[in-house]
Amino acid sequence: MTEKPAEKTALSLPGLLGVLAALLSLTGLSIALAHFYEGPLRVAAALSIAAVKTGLVLVFFMHIRQAGKAVALSFLATVATLAVFIGLTFADILYR
Amino acid sequence: MHENNDNAGSRLGMWLFLYTEIMLFGGLFILYSVYYSKYPAEFAAAGGKLELPLGALNTGLLLLSSFTAAASIESLRKGAQRAALGLLGSTVLLGLVFLFNKYLEWSHKFAHGIFPGSETLLKGPKGETVFYGLYFTLTGLHALHVFLGCAVLSACWVLVLKGRVTGGRMNLLENTGLYWHLVDIVWIFLFPLFYLIL
Repeated sequence: MTEKPAEKTALSLPGLLGVLAALLSLTGLSIALAHFYEGPLRVAAALSIAAVKTGLVLVFFMHIRQAGKAVALSFLATVATLAVFIGLTFADILYR
Repeated sequence: MHENNDNAGSRLGMWLFLYTEIMLFGGLFILYSVYYSKYPAEFAAAGGKLELPLGALNTGLLLLSSFTAAASIESLRKGAQRAALGLLGSTVLLGLVFLFNKYLEWSHKFAHGIFPGSETLLKGPKGETVFYGLYFTLTGLHALHVFLGCAVLSACWVLVLKGRVTGGRMNLLENTGLYWHLVDIVWIFLFPLFYLIL
């Protein structure tokens, strides 16, 4: 397994602080949207913001891009499996 | 004593464990979404009674604790043991405050007769019973993870203090960090599901 040394890719403290600021801002945005926006994309907007926050945590806190191919591929496989479960479940309950 | 120190192997093992956690909470998220599509009005009525300020505060606390966990690992990697200990200790403290807020939140619900199997819930609309069942299961399971995370992080703190976990030998701390971040990610989804979208 090829592996880049984490030292070269890890963020410095100010960088990590920036990620924290972004995470807190996105949380604020999500709360504001839930308060002021009642439209049809309400759920989609909240979950999209959650997905972006998850991406930030995975990349900058968990260093998933430096964890090697095995982790990257198996992570995608896990998410894909969950997506299939969600898809099949809703294909069942929405059209039964 | 022979010591194995296979970074890549132990990290992959940790990720494999995290996948089982993703499927555990993912399955419960599916359960939530199926019942939400079945009882949208009851979910909205029950979800509106949750305390958004406490939920938002707890979101901030966990995000901050994820930052301190990541920062403590970076500090230790650079050899700054004292800074790493301070940041790691803050992570545990933030986790404990999160749990205390959760205790307050649950107590308020209990005081209103809302707990699994309570008469108030059994007499009320079925959708609300289901909502609170999911609320207590998911936030309870998540709180259990926070509690265990605090315990393992505390063990790491002691090992860093004793010099058993150092900048050149930090698999345990890195893997604990991964676990802590995943617990944070679970909350990143629980927060909108229970406090925002309803």
